[in-house]
Amino acid sequence: MDLYTLIFGVYPYVALTVFVLGSWIRFDKEQYTWKSDSSQLLSKKGMRLYSNLFHAGVIAIFFGHFFGLLIPHPVFRALGMSDMAHQYTAIVAGAIFGTSALIGGAGLWLRRLGNRRVRAASRWMDINILGWLMLTLMVGLSTLPVSLGHAAHGNAEVMVSLAEWVQSIVYLHPNPGYLANVDTIYKVHVFLGMSVFLFFPFTRLVHIWSAPLGYLGRAYQIVRSKRAAVAR
Amino acid sequence: MKVRAQFALVFNLDKCIGCHTCSVTCKNVWTNRKGVEYAWFNNVESKPGIGYPKQWENQEIWRGGWELKDGKLELRSGSRLSKLINIFSNPDMPEIDDYYEPFTFDYAHLQNAPLSEAAPTARPRSQLDGSRMEKIHWGPNWEDDLAGEYAKRSQDKNLDNIQKQMYGEFENTFHMYLPRICNHCLNPACVAACPSGSIYKREEDGIVLVDQDKCRGWRMCVSSCPYKKVFYNWESGKAEKCIGCYPRVESGMPTICSESCVGRIRYNGIMLYDADRIAEMASRQNEQDLYQAQLNIFLDPNDPAVIAQARKDGVPEDWIGAAQKSPIYKMAIDWKIAFPIHPEYRTLPMVWYVPPLSPVQSQIDQGNLPTGPDGAIPLADSLRLPLKYLANLLTAGREEPVRNALNRLIAMRSYQRSVHVEGKADTRALEAAGITEDQAKEMYRYLAIANYEDRFVIPTGHEEVRLEDFYGFQGQNGFTFGNDSSPGISPNSLFPERRKETLDSLEPAPSADERY
Repeated sequence: MDLYTLIFGVYPYVALTVFVLGSWIRFDKEQYTWKSDSSQLLSKKGMRLYSNLFHAGVIAIFFGHFFGLLIPHPVFRALGMSDMAHQYTAIVAGAIFGTSALIGGAGLWLRRLGNRRVRAASRWMDINILGWLMLTLMVGLSTLPVSLGHAAHGNAEVMVSLAEWVQSIVYLHPNPGYLANVDTIYKVHVFLGMSVFLFFPFTRLVHIWSAPLGYLGRAYQIVRSKRAAVAR
Repeated sequence: MKVRAQFALVFNLDKCIGCHTCSVTCKNVWTNRKGVEYAWFNNVESKPGIGYPKQWENQEIWRGGWELKDGKLELRSGSRLSKLINIFSNPDMPEIDDYYEPFTFDYAHLQNAPLSEAAPTARPRSQLDGSRMEKIHWGPNWEDDLAGEYAKRSQDKNLDNIQKQMYGEFENTFHMYLPRICNHCLNPACVAACPSGSIYKREEDGIVLVDQDKCRGWRMCVSSCPYKKVFYNWESGKAEKCIGCYPRVESGMPTICSESCVGRIRYNGIMLYDADRIAEMASRQNEQDLYQAQLNIFLDPNDPAVIAQARKDGVPEDWIGAAQKSPIYKMAIDWKIAFPIHPEYRTLPMVWYVPPLSPVQSQIDQGNLPTGPDGAIPLADSLRLPLKYLANLLTAGREEPVRNALNRLIAMRSYQRSVHVEGKADTRALEAAGITEDQAKEMYRYLAIANYEDRFVIPTGHEEVRLEDFYGFQGQNGFTFGNDSSPGISPNSLFPERRKETLDSLEPAPSADERY
């Protein structure tokens, strides 16, 4: 097996397995470490702007990738969205939310390194994972001119191949061949992005799993009973 | 009616001398750890002052507690949805400097310094990042005994609607201590604000706790608690708060702050209340009615109907007995001399305060103060502490209940003075204040003598309602496999194994050979 197959045929499974099992094990055995690890108490400065820009951008990008890559293209076409329209949507949304996440993330990263209190409370992995996300983001944003170039020629092939590669991974028929004709910059971005999943369980990113949407439907007061524990 | 028992406290401010023994014992027992150096589950403030953290009572800044929106109870900091929208950066979150930057001193330098002309000094060092601090600007009790400029201290929210200029003059200065802990509210805003649902109230004793495993560090409790008594541990990333010393209380011992109080100002006891009326009472239109509303929630532990319902609702017999002997009930309801702190936050707090009389002996001796019917004790309105100030603190500004309480305290003193100084009981002051001689004697016993067994009436916890298998508990208590902080009892455990919590079924375990 060559390195190319290893990275685009095997590595996705390694990353996803570690992502799922690692998260599960950490939640199971080390739930005390499961947290957002906010440093807002130590310094509020810039948090309002940067944290909101970063999180809004990252969430939008995640769902953009999720739906854009996982929904088969025939479905988009059946819904009346041509490949070109899809591509332009991806480019525009990616540019907007990518920039938002980049500005926010850069602000947060500089704060983490520059604010002496936040720096002192930071763990090695806190600095690294944010740096890695920024790197992934910057490479992702630098695919935009390439994509625009494709789009200008009415060529959606690269986008379709990327999606088909992702779907081949998900359907357990990994086919690294889909990426053969894709520009290198996309491959670098894909590798960086897959690695985020690999690192995920070992970082503060696990708080994403705990997005507290259940709060919206919850009663305000919570009372725990000793007697209920017996019935458990 | 749903009867629940609540572990409650009264602090008799009349006797607080501001020695901070409570704070220090609490600190040594519970928060002597990295990440919570700045956190004082118990602190004592000098009032008037802006307190700890700065301006905690000014909810226009912190937006803590509840408010009525269209007649409905809603968190002042916003709805559930607004909490989630603001989760990435909580706009109401205090910063560490609002408490203070925790510091230590270079003590080792005192021993290691080379020989020098001047004596070596231990200079301060930040406990956040270890850097040198040239000057300490603020601390947990920076305004101790009215330290600092009046202009700053008088930003105290309780001075609203008071001619504060007058009290800046030396002759008119007044001062009191305010010890504060978590109020273990009946309608806690921290519980309501927690997006992950990790904060809860215990059904059996009402103590409010943070589930450390479930806390995700969303920080909404910190800002939503109007008393600022939930703290963010910046090292562990979890919320921490006063735990009501539940391991002690379950064993029938008072909280460590109460136990160590040299002034004997703290009382621990049980109150029965009607859990069905919480929302109704917390949403009274006029905030000045909230003190009375909270009184209405409490149930008479001697009422046969209440006792019957309490039994039905699972309140143990000895807890009902403790409620009948509760010092809290006597002070809050029988004598009406104790008040909740800031009832206008609508949290129904359960640490109550007996308002302080002011030491004005020289004024009395000079005959400068108008006196009551006995001619010896000054009227409550003429005391050094403005009544309005106490009312702003304890009854959302309604002066009448506080005046009555002060008059009762004064009348009790007047009566005791007549007995002990003049040798014959003079009950005129008692009659004026509306208390009987027996009540005055009992008040004297509870407030002045304050015997240990009168101050602390604490029934032990009932672990047996939780445990089915005592034998199993015996073998496991105090011992865990692996990680202490996660018992590994998630129902979806990746590693199925014998549960480690002490909840084993009474059914005999299947024998090994049946399974294999």
